[in-house]
Amino acid sequence: MQKQQAEQETVPLNGDEAIALAAKQCDVDVVAAYPITPQTIIVEKFSEYVANGEVQTEFVCTESEHSAMTACIAAAATGARTFTASASAGLALMHEMLFVASGSRVPIVMAVANRALSSPLNIHGDQSDSMAERDSGWLQIYVENAQEAYDTIIQAFKIAEETEVSLPIIVGLDGFTISHTLENVNILKDNTVKKYVGERKLPTVVNQEGKTLPYKLDPENPMTMGPNVSPNFYFEFKRQQEEGMRVALKKIQEVNSEFAQLTGRSYGNGLIDSYQLDGAEIAIVVVGSTAGTLKVIVDQLRQEGIKAGILRLRTFRPFPVDALRAALKNIKTIAVMDKSMSFGGFGGPVFNEIRNALYDSKERPTIVNYIFGLGGRDSSPRDLRRIYEDLIRVNKTGRVESTVHYLGLRE
Amino acid sequence: MTAQEWKFTAKDIASKPDLFLSGHRACAGCGPAAMLRMVMKATRGPTIVTQATGCMEIVGSIYPYTSWALPWLHTAFENAAANASGIDAAIKIMRKKGKIKDEHIDIIALAGDGGTYDIGLQALSGAVERGHDFLFILYDNEGYMNTGIQRSSSTPMGASTTTTPAGKVIPGKLEKKKPITEIMLAHDMEYVATATPYYWKDMLTKVRKGLEVEGPAFLHIFAPCPRGWRTEPGKTMEYSKLSVETCVFPIWEAVNGKRQLSTPSKLIALAPQKKKPVKDYLNGQGRFRHLFTPQNQHIIDEMQSLTDRNWQRLLQKCEPA
Amino acid sequence: MSSKEKSWREMPIAGVCTKSSIGFMTGDWKTYMPVRDLEKCTTCLTCVMMCPEGAIKWRPEMGKIEFDFSFCKGCGICANECPTKAITMKLPDEEE
Repeated sequence: MQKQQAEQETVPLNGDEAIALAAKQCDVDVVAAYPITPQTIIVEKFSEYVANGEVQTEFVCTESEHSAMTACIAAAATGARTFTASASAGLALMHEMLFVASGSRVPIVMAVANRALSSPLNIHGDQSDSMAERDSGWLQIYVENAQEAYDTIIQAFKIAEETEVSLPIIVGLDGFTISHTLENVNILKDNTVKKYVGERKLPTVVNQEGKTLPYKLDPENPMTMGPNVSPNFYFEFKRQQEEGMRVALKKIQEVNSEFAQLTGRSYGNGLIDSYQLDGAEIAIVVVGSTAGTLKVIVDQLRQEGIKAGILRLRTFRPFPVDALRAALKNIKTIAVMDKSMSFGGFGGPVFNEIRNALYDSKERPTIVNYIFGLGGRDSSPRDLRRIYEDLIRVNKTGRVESTVHYLGLRE
Repeated sequence: MTAQEWKFTAKDIASKPDLFLSGHRACAGCGPAAMLRMVMKATRGPTIVTQATGCMEIVGSIYPYTSWALPWLHTAFENAAANASGIDAAIKIMRKKGKIKDEHIDIIALAGDGGTYDIGLQALSGAVERGHDFLFILYDNEGYMNTGIQRSSSTPMGASTTTTPAGKVIPGKLEKKKPITEIMLAHDMEYVATATPYYWKDMLTKVRKGLEVEGPAFLHIFAPCPRGWRTEPGKTMEYSKLSVETCVFPIWEAVNGKRQLSTPSKLIALAPQKKKPVKDYLNGQGRFRHLFTPQNQHIIDEMQSLTDRNWQRLLQKCEPA
Repeated sequence: MSSKEKSWREMPIAGVCTKSSIGFMTGDWKTYMPVRDLEKCTTCLTCVMMCPEGAIKWRPEMGKIEFDFSFCKGCGICANECPTKAITMKLPDEEE
């Protein structure tokens, strides 16, 4: 039975503001953060909420991102709902603690306003910061616009706090493109969000006496968290994390459906979002806001009779192998776009994972890589259309001139 | 600070159950382990302990065994104080929101000299500036002992460590010990104190005073390491005592910046003839053995004059008895 | 690698330690062990306070000090600090 959609209101917000609002509505307990462009608006906006008594949150202005992530982990270990945000060098500084967070199984929600890593210093958007953390054990969902940023933060708490998941989550938004661009965002009422997200539930531990206790620091039920383990045990704890990822694969889809009922908005199946893939002969796989521009190009191409499509990879971790294989099954030639590089590697990170997923296909498609947008380098619609033109040529000639391209690079 | 002094006897303390349990894997004669066991006796109610990576963290938390009979968290090396910040923030807000019982919980952040002086200094300074309610206890054994006795900025001049070995050309660590308590005092803290486990009554009183502060408090405890210092395991407490008697480690407390010597150091201030030469303290410590040669005698002299200088400076900064 | 160890499904989340270390007897570490001359002991409890292992216990109900050799590592701090020299460190066969 279709539930009644919740009441919403349309307000102008940029990506950062939308995220701050969503975090506020989710009644977070602790925010520990350090400012870095282009995430600063998130922490500033949230500070305003705190200063005006609009939210009941302890806002800890830590002295570095490393301490911010640490404080979030400790707060979450004490049972609090935690939120933070970072980007670029700040995320990189947290690197050590990202692994600790996922290993400690605490459901921290972190917005990452994707920005290039130094050196040289660049404050603009690319995805190298969170791509560099793909092995950290964090869930990763990348959004296309401010609306999705708002929606996904709310969803993130539900996904991460699911006790069988209990993993921290990164919500990635392209720096400046989404973080600082004003959009009309449909927002829910405070009560609706609070009710939807609910109270944080904790996973459990069975103590020596056989008593089942909530996993948190509690003087009434002492627990030792963060021990050192021998080679005899470490592997098993890592496998536990992996299980959390597997459950997340289902949970993300569930939450996407629930949210669709609540708001009327859904993002593909939550894992991938296909656009005009039906009957497509050529397709681009992309992560993030560029999908928006590609949609306009695909519409044009389709009008010209060219069977082009887009697959926006929304969830990068856990990597949705099955969904991808199903969606790209009949497509002959695919370009994977990467807004980051893996120096010395054979193509970028997304390219590598897609190619890997499709390797076992009975009829392997031709897959090429377009590295683009590094350091906020803009790709015009003309540049993007050229990718499709390249794919058409590959189809026609049956030849791939080079597998890895650098879109818009001055050679 | 409560006006009421916490009065206790040895029997009172000894009757309290241990919160740092037997079965931990510290070396025989470990100063920090003895200190930690005693410190935990000074807790006064619900307490959460968070610890930086280091000897005491490792020995008490070897999965699946734990020596901690209270809630305990370890995350990484440089962030005991940041952990404490997160716990403090969480407790504060959850109490306010009625998500947990509305009662005070003491937070103790424990770190060795590694996790305080060097890699931990940033988090400590940040947490103190933000005014979180926690007691930071530094157990100082003057080196990165857990990883193999490497030098820290707490290692005294002249000591031989594995990264400042006493070699043919360089006779051990050349740099002075960083004055960590001066740094903490400069943060305008309500309570900063030094202690050492030989004078356990004084140490426990200071732990309690630190816990009672509503805000950050800092306690620097000097705890000899027989393994790293190459001393006899049975003499750990003797060196703890000697460090005070030679004024190498004077003990005092500063309440709102007003410093007072504690009794063992006060006795020396009042009767300077009781002050023992630094040589008495250096004697028997393998890490200083290379100093007892004619070519290195000047280092002992320098250490003596440094100790004397620091002692005089301290006396000037202290309130009259 | 013992096959008696638990599978990842049965192990506690994130490595929470659930076994108290009092189940891990460190007493077999020692070479020397403390021997008490009860006549010299004044129950000042210095040894009880200073033992790093908590292996010397004060039993208020019995008014006695008890040595728990299952945890004593034989460091000798108790012997060194006893004000009346009531404790001496001996090799196990020297004890009598």
